[in-house]
Amino acid sequence: MTTMAERTQTTSGAPEPASGTQTLSLGKAINEGLRAAMRRDDKVMLMGEDIGPLGGVFRVTDGLQAEFGEQRVVDTPLAESGIVGTAIGLAMRGYRPVCEIQFDGFVFPAFNQITTQLSKIHNRTRGAVQMPVVIRIPYGGGIGGVEHHGESPEALFAHTAGLRVVSPSSPQDAYTMIQEAIASPDPVLYFEPKSRYWGKGPVDLDAPVGTDTLNAAKVVRQGTDVTLVAYGPSVATAVKTAEALAEEGRSAEVLDLRAISPLDTAAVVASVRKTGRCVVIHEAPVFFGSGAEIAARVTEECFYALEAPVLRVGGFHTPYPVAKHEHEYLPSVDRVLDAVDRAFAH
Amino acid sequence: MTTTNGSNEAIPTLQLLDPQGNRVTTRGSKGYRDRAAALTTEDLRGMYRDMVLTRRFDDEATSLQRQGELALFAPARGQEAAQVGSAYALRPQDYVFPSYREHGVLQVRGVDPVDRLRFFRGSDHGGWNPTEHNSAVYTIVIGAHALHATGYAMGVQRDGTPHDKHDGTAVITYFGDGATSQGDVNEAMVYAAVNDAPVVFFLQNNQWAISEPTTRQTKTPLYRRGEAFGLPSLRVDGNDVLAVYAATQEALERARAGEGPSFIEAFTYRMGAHTTSDDPTRYRTSDQEEQWQRRDPIDRLAALLRAEGALDEDFEAEIKATGDELGAKLRTGVRALDGGAPVSTFDHVYATPHGTVAAERAWYEAYDAGEPPAPQYAIADSAQGGAR
Repeated sequence: MTTMAERTQTTSGAPEPASGTQTLSLGKAINEGLRAAMRRDDKVMLMGEDIGPLGGVFRVTDGLQAEFGEQRVVDTPLAESGIVGTAIGLAMRGYRPVCEIQFDGFVFPAFNQITTQLSKIHNRTRGAVQMPVVIRIPYGGGIGGVEHHGESPEALFAHTAGLRVVSPSSPQDAYTMIQEAIASPDPVLYFEPKSRYWGKGPVDLDAPVGTDTLNAAKVVRQGTDVTLVAYGPSVATAVKTAEALAEEGRSAEVLDLRAISPLDTAAVVASVRKTGRCVVIHEAPVFFGSGAEIAARVTEECFYALEAPVLRVGGFHTPYPVAKHEHEYLPSVDRVLDAVDRAFAH
Repeated sequence: MTTTNGSNEAIPTLQLLDPQGNRVTTRGSKGYRDRAAALTTEDLRGMYRDMVLTRRFDDEATSLQRQGELALFAPARGQEAAQVGSAYALRPQDYVFPSYREHGVLQVRGVDPVDRLRFFRGSDHGGWNPTEHNSAVYTIVIGAHALHATGYAMGVQRDGTPHDKHDGTAVITYFGDGATSQGDVNEAMVYAAVNDAPVVFFLQNNQWAISEPTTRQTKTPLYRRGEAFGLPSLRVDGNDVLAVYAATQEALERARAGEGPSFIEAFTYRMGAHTTSDDPTRYRTSDQEEQWQRRDPIDRLAALLRAEGALDEDFEAEIKATGDELGAKLRTGVRALDGGAPVSTFDHVYATPHGTVAAERAWYEAYDAGEPPAPQYAIADSAQGGAR
């Protein structure tokens, strides 16, 4: 057990807080965001499998146990329900646990704790107890993983009231959104686009926390002819598609939702009323997926502005495919272009 | 004494009071006898009062359910010693994670009896503020709260709470024989063991998980589950309030002193139905019920008190009067619970504004007021700020 004296010593021996703007990978940006949150509030603690000396299988928690000690960066037993269930108890005692689920497909042993307990305790106690718990889940495909290492289960959680469901697409958002998730008094499912962990971008390490990244979508590219709605790993696909469309003389607007619960319907509607066409892109299966909800809302709100039905590009109603075939399953630039062509054919 | 499982294997079981109410001495029980001996006559009378009032609460709640005033009720009849005895060993700073039948524990913790029925009335998903009583609200998914208890205890460890058998803080979680089959209960013991978390796992083995006997849950005496995880574990006669009190006090002191988790199996019997929707005649014999009737935990403590000259007509009359007051309070209080306005369904879904809930609430309020529902309800609150 780490004593207070030891903890102070390790903290004082740690490097000075990073500042300024640096070029960081998305994974490293989350690491820096966790570090900043832990330095700010000593009730913030990390829990998960292999997150200590190893730094997590994706190294997102690299160096954090060395800086903050074993009481704040906890290598848990190999039981996901236990990770989330004990995090709930810790939150009741005043802590702000950040749980790491090693891979998307391993969240299901914790599904009961997340959906029947974590999401409902605030409501069950009529607001007397808050649940400031973050659950980090590397998700999505494209890395050649084995079964249960490429799935996108976010819609299952968006369907449960009481949870916030978010996914960053850029290093800057990853850095800011993890800190805002930790600061939130509500439970947040923080889906990390694992195929984008290594993509680099500028990160302002002094960027303010307390903005609205968990609620507000962001226009990442302006356009006039079609709206491409995406989040997480699909934002980069949407941007590449927009670049290809520009060469054809078509102007696509790219909207990064950042969150699917809540859904920033107003931002989607504002864009589609302008463009008249909407294509939603996500890696999860389109069948009962978040794109279906977006399509329904856009149809209801933009009926007279629409030039074409809302179209969706995403995974199929099959198990996530073997690695050899995953690139046919994942929404590619080519498949998004095909959808845009169909939208323009109306 | 010994008890048996389905296999009739004799299992050592701590007993300090036999079914006739005599204090008994068995090998190895001295430490526990000393703890029980430290209870004053007033302590014993207090336990007796709370056990009788717990049964009265059961009877009143069952009547209210039969009158259509409660949606459901889960009686604790037969488990009063296990619940009141263990709760008497708690100190105010300790924290309780009940399942959903721990009416006797909450009686001792001072949770208002009407509040304890809000859940069963269908007017509340909880019923009381956990922080006011250091007692979580009921958890319906079997065994899920055992992990919350372990996590809470891990928080106690991180708070730098003193390691002291009186001034430290312990956590106790209650669950049943059915719950021991749940993964969460087993994971809770794994997490507690490797973290030395200050938590007591208190199993009330009441022999029945709705219609399934303990033989459908286990091939081994359940207290040995605790041993397998490395926890000091003990089976006690769950209908013996003194043994339950002594064993729980010992385990709680160990937790408060920083010596880690423990497991207690209180061997008892659910004398009533699982809930008011259940029919035990379909799955168990009246022979078994009569056999356990002879081991009624309240009769047993009454016999001890009488033998020690601590139970007279005046005291019985006083408890009866208190019970009558409880009944009147429940009948009035429960009928007044209406769950608030339907729009309160939208309250406390999130602690901070959430666009989707806010939009649906705005739509419902307009609909409820008889106004034409806003055609743009889906973005009504997005216009207010996406979620702000």
